[in-house]
Amino acid sequence: MSLAMHVPILAIAVPLLGAFALPLMAKVHHRLRDLWALVVGAFTVAMIVTLAVQVFTVGVQVYTLGADTPDATLGPQGFPIRITLVADAMGAFMALISALLGGAALIYALGFLEESKGKTLSMSLFLLLWAGMLGLKLTGDMFNFFVFLELTSVAACGLIGYRAWESRPPEAAFKTLVMFILGGLMVLLAVAILYGEYGALNMAFLSAQIGGSLLDRVALGLLLGGLLMKAGAVPMHMWAPDAYGEADANTAIVLVANTQAGLYALFRVVFTLYGGAATPEVGYLVTTLGALTVLVAVLMAVVQTNLGRLVAYGAISQIGYMLLAAGVGLVTLGVGPEFGRVALQGGVFHMFNDAACIGLLFLCVGAVRRAAGSGDLRSLGGLAHTEKWTSGFFLLGALALAGIPPLNGFASKLMIYQSVFQLSPILTALAVLASILLLAVFVRAFQGAFLGPRQSMSGAPLSPAMLAGMAVLAVVVIAFGLVPDLVVRHLVAPAAEALWTGRDVYLAAVLGG
Amino acid sequence: MIGNLPFVVCMILVALGLWTLMTRRNLIKLAIGIVLIENGVNLFLVSLGYVRGGVAPIYTYAPQGVPVNVPMAMPTPQALTLTSIVIGVATTALLLAFAVLIHRQRGTLDAGRIRELRG
Repeated sequence: MSLAMHVPILAIAVPLLGAFALPLMAKVHHRLRDLWALVVGAFTVAMIVTLAVQVFTVGVQVYTLGADTPDATLGPQGFPIRITLVADAMGAFMALISALLGGAALIYALGFLEESKGKTLSMSLFLLLWAGMLGLKLTGDMFNFFVFLELTSVAACGLIGYRAWESRPPEAAFKTLVMFILGGLMVLLAVAILYGEYGALNMAFLSAQIGGSLLDRVALGLLLGGLLMKAGAVPMHMWAPDAYGEADANTAIVLVANTQAGLYALFRVVFTLYGGAATPEVGYLVTTLGALTVLVAVLMAVVQTNLGRLVAYGAISQIGYMLLAAGVGLVTLGVGPEFGRVALQGGVFHMFNDAACIGLLFLCVGAVRRAAGSGDLRSLGGLAHTEKWTSGFFLLGALALAGIPPLNGFASKLMIYQSVFQLSPILTALAVLASILLLAVFVRAFQGAFLGPRQSMSGAPLSPAMLAGMAVLAVVVIAFGLVPDLVVRHLVAPAAEALWTGRDVYLAAVLGG
Repeated sequence: MIGNLPFVVCMILVALGLWTLMTRRNLIKLAIGIVLIENGVNLFLVSLGYVRGGVAPIYTYAPQGVPVNVPMAMPTPQALTLTSIVIGVATTALLLAFAVLIHRQRGTLDAGRIRELRG
């Protein structure tokens, strides 16, 4: 019994324990609490990296809860009765994204949150949300999937609305929570339908059974609806700008990871669970929603006067690019032309890049609010005179987001443009146009907030922890832009392959044979 | 037909909940709508587990001597429903807590009049 065997469950259990023990530590001393949060965060990141190394070098990792040995997925009758955790390349890739954003958010939060304004609350909810996201990414059981989905909903809305002394956060949190609960209940209804039809909850087992009956399709519709709500795609995006705009900067970047977890869940459902009964119609639906999301979000970003909400719409538009790429992959799934694979790789790569550059932008918004006391573009100006680091990071994030070479956003967007072009040139034209518009919006925002004459500041100086959190993400933005080939070959291609052709491997890892 | 009646009732509950969400603007009534949907789904889960003439899945309690193939009701749906009810309590409590906070600050529960966040 070595510790390495239990890495998948430890990655979930450690932040969960950390979250509930954190308020107790804070009772003793606030320095002990910060130390505890750092230790828990470091351990979680270490577990995720260990897991990812195992997955990328050895193969799919399966962990059965409550069995004599972790690899005994099947019960005595050859039926998967226990809850399993399954980490394939895509799950491990997503876990790495959450490790990056979670780590950066934790470091930033230590310097950003104020003791008198619920620092303990925010940090313990953050660890809870992290645990929920990791569970969502590693679980191989449909009901467990629902439980983790709800855990992320509760923790995320708690994080958005915990500042009860202000009037706007509870309103944003209420709105978000209604959408999240509704989405969660749609997923639960779908799980119930699938259970009633096949009498099982194990994803691999269900995937082997699903054949595309009417009930299957109803369940797929419910799952799509519920998870798109969670991911903030356009018809269901109303909660996202409020949530991102009102949340603290360190919360906002974890919310980005959370929407990506919803997106990952969507990919898992359409590529793995329904991979055997895939029809192009679903792919076209996802592609259309993706294009719509890109367009609507960018147009909404144009009219924003608040820096936080502007970046929020940028974040929503990037979800659209990922949906667009995944949709193209889904249309061609089973037929197998090369551009479908490239599209999927582009979409998966863009998830990591988006996490880094949108995360960096949100952290900069937090720094601006700290320095100037407000995020209103109409009153901001001249911040570049005093906040040199913040303005540099903001410019870097904005250029990467708009896809300017040689930054990371360019590498993945180029892959998306090229492959989507082969399905429909119009969609590529729309995507490029949206990118240019986004660049214009962010250049205007940069000019409004950072350039211009020096103004008197009402805020406080930045702490070193905040700069360190931003620096972590900035390094990723630059590094991934300089060596995209290496990243694609070693990280992105295996992850995309897990969706594209990896369903059989996934099924064999859980069901044997 | 009569065997499907529980499912029909569940879906009526879900539809009522959705109707409430779409037509009401009071925050407490929105929470009631959410709870209606939740109960519809929970009822659906429980009714899935019903087996006509089934016995409790405890081997020592299973009828002796009679035909071996006595159907047993799987305990899974009940376990799922219990879990889902507990989660529902947590989410509803959080939702109501936010409604209380909003009411305390704005003095109204009308969703149409408290919109500071637009666009």
